[in-house]
Amino acid sequence: MATFLAPVPQVVAHRATDPSSAGEAHGWTSWITTTDHKRIGIMYMVTTFVFFCLGGVEALIMRLQLGAPNNTLVTPQTYNQLFTMHGTTMIFLFVVPMMAGLANYFVPLMIGARDMAYPRLNALSFWLLLAGGIVFYTSIFWNPPEAGWTSYAPLSNAIYSPSGGQDAWIFLIHLTGLSSILGALNFYATIANMRARGMSWGRLPLFIWAILTYSILIIFAMPVIAGAVTMLLTDRHFGTHFFDPANGGSALLWQHLFWFFGHPEVYIMVLPGFGIVSEILPVFARKPIFGYKAIAASTVAIGFLGFLTWAHHMFTTPIPEAILVFVMLSSFIIAIPTGVKMLNWIATLWRGTIELRTPLLFCAGFLALFLIGGISGVFLAVFPVDWQLNETYFVVAHLHFVLVGGSVFTIFAAIYYWFPKITGRMLDEGLGKLSFYLMFFGFLATFLIQHVMGLDGMPRRVYEYANVGHLALYNQISTVGSFILAVGVLVTIVNVVRSLKVGVVAGPDPWKANTLEWFTSSPPPVNNFDVVPLVRSVEPMKDIRREVQQRSSGATVSGGATVPTGATQVGV
Amino acid sequence: MSHLLTSTLAFFTPESGGSSNANQIDSLYKITLYIALVIFVAVEGALGYALWRFRARKGAVPAQIRGNTRLEVGWTIAAAVILVGLAVLTFAKLASIQDPANSSANGEQSVGESGLLYASADRKLPPNGKSLNIQVIGRQYIWQYVYPGASEPDGLGAPYSYEQMVVPTNTTVTLDIVSEDVVHSWWIPELGGKFQAVPGYHNYAWFKIDKAGVYRGQCAALCGRSHARMIATVKAVPPAQFEAWLAYQKQEIGQANAEAKVERAKLGSQTGAGQVENP
Repeated sequence: MATFLAPVPQVVAHRATDPSSAGEAHGWTSWITTTDHKRIGIMYMVTTFVFFCLGGVEALIMRLQLGAPNNTLVTPQTYNQLFTMHGTTMIFLFVVPMMAGLANYFVPLMIGARDMAYPRLNALSFWLLLAGGIVFYTSIFWNPPEAGWTSYAPLSNAIYSPSGGQDAWIFLIHLTGLSSILGALNFYATIANMRARGMSWGRLPLFIWAILTYSILIIFAMPVIAGAVTMLLTDRHFGTHFFDPANGGSALLWQHLFWFFGHPEVYIMVLPGFGIVSEILPVFARKPIFGYKAIAASTVAIGFLGFLTWAHHMFTTPIPEAILVFVMLSSFIIAIPTGVKMLNWIATLWRGTIELRTPLLFCAGFLALFLIGGISGVFLAVFPVDWQLNETYFVVAHLHFVLVGGSVFTIFAAIYYWFPKITGRMLDEGLGKLSFYLMFFGFLATFLIQHVMGLDGMPRRVYEYANVGHLALYNQISTVGSFILAVGVLVTIVNVVRSLKVGVVAGPDPWKANTLEWFTSSPPPVNNFDVVPLVRSVEPMKDIRREVQQRSSGATVSGGATVPTGATQVGV
Repeated sequence: MSHLLTSTLAFFTPESGGSSNANQIDSLYKITLYIALVIFVAVEGALGYALWRFRARKGAVPAQIRGNTRLEVGWTIAAAVILVGLAVLTFAKLASIQDPANSSANGEQSVGESGLLYASADRKLPPNGKSLNIQVIGRQYIWQYVYPGASEPDGLGAPYSYEQMVVPTNTTVTLDIVSEDVVHSWWIPELGGKFQAVPGYHNYAWFKIDKAGVYRGQCAALCGRSHARMIATVKAVPPAQFEAWLAYQKQEIGQANAEAKVERAKLGSQTGAGQVENP
């Protein structure tokens, strides 16, 4: 018979050698020198989570400052530095590289590969990211940047922002940008070339579709910002005048270049989250994803359209009306595939048997919050309406619904879903649920009311506000909410630290999930798989489990004579 | 009851009431809000219902459905139709938001004589071509307003004010928004949208205030450390009062300039211009 025998999932992969022997490296040098995608992935995730906490502390200080009108907790300069550090940290040092970390760990496992296509380049990506973060954060000992994460010229030029903090920001963009580009090339090459036998494009897990699109967006968008910050650097130090209106430069050019990168960046941050949700929902609804092709296609469509909407960040600038109209329409069009995904996810839950475990709760939280962010986005796309809402707390609320709802909640879903695979231990469900509810309601308290602040005329990026109307009350609600949100994050940190030692041992496939990473042991050995199974559908693990079941019931019938215990037939 | 309804709606809507374009933006916003509320309730409702109704129970079997092309095409088209409708409504409203109205009969009347009102070709103007044009200049961290009525070439000698703009009621005011340093953003919520003041560019806005009063706003684009303190107010007064204010402002500025000229001449004769730099 043209078949070969592969062990059942519980014992599919072995360590190449005994870990206690010299085969597998130990100690901190082994981490510094590693090219294993899983170790690099872990380093990415831990590093970026540390930056997430730093960015969170910055946010809390800002919320404290705004907790009372005309407050004097921090100086205007410090406040500007705080929101610049917060925005930059969350985007360049947390969400984008956290997604890279998850992708690093799970892309090879999910496509049945033994490592990334370029393992050493992969290590370089991580070390460039860390270097960028260090260069940027070292500036807090001198003068941190204070021109906002958008660093609009001419404010970011040397006359108005002479401190080296602005240069630290530029180097951060260069280093993390290079890290992202190299990582993206690596993901692309890995996904294009190293998939398991039988994993055609139509059987690619949706998380992989999302990472593929994420990679393409990075490859196209990052060079634009790299060029822009290089021009800013030469404007600041080498006498060029790209953005200097007094010498023939254009201040608007910066905004165009920045947002040509900046808007695709939004999708770079949320598309992997969409991928995570598309993986988790079917597992916990015990039902296939609804409309696989529609979700995959809309991911790619969003990626493409994401390059046509940048000027909706510039509705209030002096630009021709034709651009206003075009960008409003393109922003409307991009809402369609996004809305379609939302309905596909809800349809995936529909008529399933939903197990309300923590990963699913975070996905449900994502759906509830991201919908609000998507709808407020339509308000902002209507350009005359945007004339009232732009640059106010309405936009702050919108972007946090999109990025915390869309990215942070999906990252937490991913942490709860994949922690057992990475560590071999389960996270505690009780703490997980507590963390979710604190984060969910803390988030709503913080950001829902910010829409109203913006509608009442409170601009963003102000360190103080007058005690008019109900602004003081609204801001107090928001500040209290932010601390509830922070406690929620803290509970997950406690959960992670605790579970590393005392968590229930997970086994290879605790969720009865669909994709190949659950085919190997938890944590996976260095080589990931001893045998890579043939993929015959978009849910290979379902096929394998079914086959195990058939085999073992068949074995019972035939008295177990022909099938070795604990083994299954996988293959042709 | 109706008061409660109004205040509840105000909670969810932008500021308006000062100028007709702000009111039109407000009504466009409200249309968007009503559509959004329907979608919000429908989708969040479906999500909540699915989570509650289809949670795992004993004996429940998940339906193994992989999609439904007709349904998926259907909701894609439905989403597109809603957005097409919103786009059409926006275009229908656009003229009333963007195009300045004529001044009312009881507005500023010194048409074309004092040079107070003049027409310009490079942007939108009222149908009769007449408006009070004020140049808004953004600077770290104060707004300056330059009125028509220059007495010397290059616009010198024109009356101006800082922080508070005084305008006549019932008169169409067009703004020419510029910046002298970094990017600022002009915004008085009750008088319509905000527009960036970008160095090297001109941006345009307009409003027409029917009710005398003070309208408040502040710079909306991060412009440096004192961004939060770069406030702006617009004080609308009856045309006669406005003319008096403008004349007073012009006289004060003229007088100050004349005094400065005398002082400069005095200084020049005392020390000699060259002596200061080459003692």
